[in-house]
Amino acid sequence: MSIKLDSRIPEGDIHEKWKNHKDHMRLVAPNNRGKIDVIIIGTGLAGGAAAASLAEMGYNVKAFCYQDSPRRAHSIAAQGGINAAKNYQNDGDSVYRLFYDTIKGGDYRAREANVYRLAEVSGSIIDQCVAQGVPFAREYGGLLDNRSFGGTQVQRTFYAAGQTGQQLLLGAYSAMNRQIGKGRLQMFNRHEMLELVVVDGKARGIIARDLVTGEIQRHSAHAVVIASGGYGNVFFLSTNAMGSNGTSVWKIHKKGAAFANPCFTQIHPTCIPVHGDQQSKLTLMSESLRNDGRIWVPKKKEDAEAVRAGKLKPTDIAEEDRDYYLERRYPAFGNLVPRDVASRAAKERCDAGFGIENNATGEGVYLDFSASFVKYGKEKANELDIHNPSQEEIIKLGKKVVEEKYGNLFTMYEKITGDNPYETPMKIYPAVHYTMGGVWVDYNLMSSIPGCFVTGEANFSDHGANRLGASALMQGLADGYFVLPYTIADYLADDIRTGTISTDTPEFEEAEKQVNERIQHFLTNKGSKTVDYFHKKLGRVMWNKVGMARDAEGLKEAIKEIEEIRKEFWRDVKVPGSDKTINMELEKAGRVADFLELGQLMAIDALNRNESCGGHFRTEYQTEEGETLRDDEQYSYVAAWEYNGEDINQEILHKEDLNYKYIKIAARNYK
Amino acid sequence: MAGKLLNLTLKVWRQAGSGQQGKFEEYKLEGVSTESSFLEMLDMLNEQLVEQDKEPVSFDHDCREGICGMCSLFINGRAHGPDRGITTCQLHMRMFNDGDTIVIEPWRSAGFPVIKDLIVDRTAFDRIQHAGGFVSVNTSGNTIDANAIPVEKEKADKAFAAAACIGCGACVATCKNGSAMLFVSAKVSQYALLPQGRVEATRRVLNMVRKMDEEGFGNCTNTGACEVECPKGISLENIARMNREFLFASLSNDIKAE
Ligand SMILES: Cc1cc2nc3c(=O)[nH]c(=O)nc-3n(C[C@H](O)[C@H](O)[C@H](O)COP(=O)(O)OP(=O)(O)OC[C@H]3O[C@@H](n4cnc5c(N)ncnc54)[C@H](O)[C@@H]3O)c2cc1C
Ligand code: SF4
Ligand code: FES
Repeated sequence: MSIKLDSRIPEGDIHEKWKNHKDHMRLVAPNNRGKIDVIIIGTGLAGGAAAASLAEMGYNVKAFCYQDSPRRAHSIAAQGGINAAKNYQNDGDSVYRLFYDTIKGGDYRAREANVYRLAEVSGSIIDQCVAQGVPFAREYGGLLDNRSFGGTQVQRTFYAAGQTGQQLLLGAYSAMNRQIGKGRLQMFNRHEMLELVVVDGKARGIIARDLVTGEIQRHSAHAVVIASGGYGNVFFLSTNAMGSNGTSVWKIHKKGAAFANPCFTQIHPTCIPVHGDQQSKLTLMSESLRNDGRIWVPKKKEDAEAVRAGKLKPTDIAEEDRDYYLERRYPAFGNLVPRDVASRAAKERCDAGFGIENNATGEGVYLDFSASFVKYGKEKANELDIHNPSQEEIIKLGKKVVEEKYGNLFTMYEKITGDNPYETPMKIYPAVHYTMGGVWVDYNLMSSIPGCFVTGEANFSDHGANRLGASALMQGLADGYFVLPYTIADYLADDIRTGTISTDTPEFEEAEKQVNERIQHFLTNKGSKTVDYFHKKLGRVMWNKVGMARDAEGLKEAIKEIEEIRKEFWRDVKVPGSDKTINMELEKAGRVADFLELGQLMAIDALNRNESCGGHFRTEYQTEEGETLRDDEQYSYVAAWEYNGEDINQEILHKEDLNYKYIKIAARNYK
Repeated sequence: MAGKLLNLTLKVWRQAGSGQQGKFEEYKLEGVSTESSFLEMLDMLNEQLVEQDKEPVSFDHDCREGICGMCSLFINGRAHGPDRGITTCQLHMRMFNDGDTIVIEPWRSAGFPVIKDLIVDRTAFDRIQHAGGFVSVNTSGNTIDANAIPVEKEKADKAFAAAACIGCGACVATCKNGSAMLFVSAKVSQYALLPQGRVEATRRVLNMVRKMDEEGFGNCTNTGACEVECPKGISLENIARMNREFLFASLSNDIKAE
């Protein structure tokens, strides 16, 4: 078996590609759609939007999620906002500029045609969501408000306080509810997909486990859509929800879907630092805070040491003794440089001994709002006609303004750390956040398995080596509302006479057997170590050697170490309880088993890419100033890996060349 | 940031399945960092149980950031534990003292049957929303420009405040009548306040209230306990608004629940 990568990018000028493509794709007539079944794994923005749209068009849709309600998909946690090229602020935004910023932000490793389409439909997303009753932030004149985000110089980000993801997901969920109420959409809560079923080379169904009763079920369909989100939990500690997993994407990979750029992981610069070894996950502080917060560490090492020892408070350090290192290094973008740049700069300062956090590694930097309190306080005083206000009054007024903008984030910070960020700067440090890599898909969002589509964070196509803020929500909704509904029809047009797919075939039998064997192995293994023991062990290797900075040596070690952990896992894992009831240890065991394979592929991919770009930083390849050094001659390609048996080292590399016709490739410069 | 270490006694509700007898089990747990979250403390307990070849305690959780609404738990007699304006995943162990005994129970309400241990079934909330918790707009991408209908900032902010409900069910769990009014009113309010949702407001409130009653939730007697325990500060004002909407809808003869 060998995969042929055909990206199926339509011919013609980039401005016309999507329109022309839509005009020429095949359709399924309304009266035939009821004869077609579609399975959707995941009800986040990508899956939820697709489920609602396809059900509304008249297909029979079955949607699955592992939580108790579609509304709890991880998209709910997104804080900062969603981009769209509306140019409401009249600051020069356009479809082209959003396209340009996204390609550049992704360090020229995203697919041009897909990104252009994303920018093109971005405006409709906002229209759609507002029509659904999504309460975006508004100005006093009643119009929508915007703010700016890292990596751009325009204000194109739409937001709903610090809960944009929640509001957008509730919009998609409400659209789903409307379809569920009408009986067109069948929802399977607390169900987990554990296998893909392929019949005659086409995706024709899944094996799922009812997480409450333990029942193993067969579900057939004419097409399967995977919208299962990102796999950042490979690292154990990340900003992802506890249940976020790579099982669906890994399972389809093993059945023939190429896996693209697995090594591109985004490390988000503004998370709450790790507190200790009882920690289960990391919490993000929205990037939007960088609009008003200034990032610094002490200039003097002895100050940093005193801070870590608890002998000095940040507020004791004089202005001239603070190093606003982002503003120093990147005057044009300052605190608003893209995430990869900001993250690496923080690591650089901490590695050099200037970290301020009193944890095992001394890692942490300040995010300080005091300047904004003053700035906004003065404005507010003017507005309220308060003459000669005292400094104290100004700061009080300023805090109110900041509270209105970010109040919930400040509260969240205080609940977690016990510190009040209005009185003392926040402490932040980079953490694993988003996976730019994912299943390889063509322009139609179809993987290399016919009939198996992949959308949202689970696919690879739009973000390149680094994702700019506020672009994942945009991609999820673009895929679900505006791309897949068209492209899936083109594929399904062949199936109007197929009839229902039987689940009584050897293929379903075999897939179900695989699932059962695995579950039985876990339950009867009676090893000596818990699932989390292995997950944490894997996470440490991933963070230390496949994390924010990697080198060939470390990656080779990581590949071996992961292999060892994996062997030990299968030999020695212990899972108590039964498979006939809720058994969360069993669920975790399956997910960690997949992470162990995927993690290894991530290291292999990172080792293959002898360059630095975006979230992939190989210390051997950097400029004198410590910036990424890309090698466009050699590595301007998508690395798409083909599964080739149990030994992950044997995976076969396929390359999709990236051609930039509409954007001139240049070194990324944020100075 | 190591914090202090606590030794605790936990009384945890264990129940093998719905319809089965449950009972409290007592566990000792040592060395819990005050920097840990409450759920991280439960993770520790579960690690310990698994190591002892016992079944871990099942509890619901996912985002661990206070936003998905998945975590629940009655802790020392309070929904989401002894702090205001937070979910259980945001509760930190610095709220407890060394030597404390902590009682941990599931939500208890007719509308939320126990599935296992500390996990309850909250799908009734979904069903109420199937009955009308949406704006009937096609997902076609051909809607009008988002700025074509200005929305008063105050209204938008109020709609947002109502939309902030995370569907956790603390309001129901804490109410002595098991009423779901706070939750339902938050949804009704969000849409009623926005021009986009106003058009079908009458039918929506009738349908959602009817469904809420069918699902076995109790009546609201205005005790206000829900508002106190709601992690998102959803205001009782929403209940008043829903009542007005409902009254208006009941009085207008031309639109009926369906
Ligand atoms: C804390 C945080 C803040 C963020 N803030 C922003 C932001 O401000 N702006 C922005 O653009 N992006 C942001 N992001 C990124 C963005 O939220 C995600 O990339 C995006 O929401 C992913 O959406 P999705 O639909 O692809 O997947 P998800 O929302 O993760 O949904 C995954 C779905 O798949 C289901 N699932 C997974 N595996 C299985 C299985 N095996 N069987 C059945 N179901 C399964 C889950 O139940 C869930 O329904 C943020 C992310 C995080 C973590
Ligand atoms: S109203 Fe408050 S307590 Fe009730 S479900 Fe919503 S967020 Fe939870
Ligand atoms: S786990 Fe998501 S709100 Fe607590």
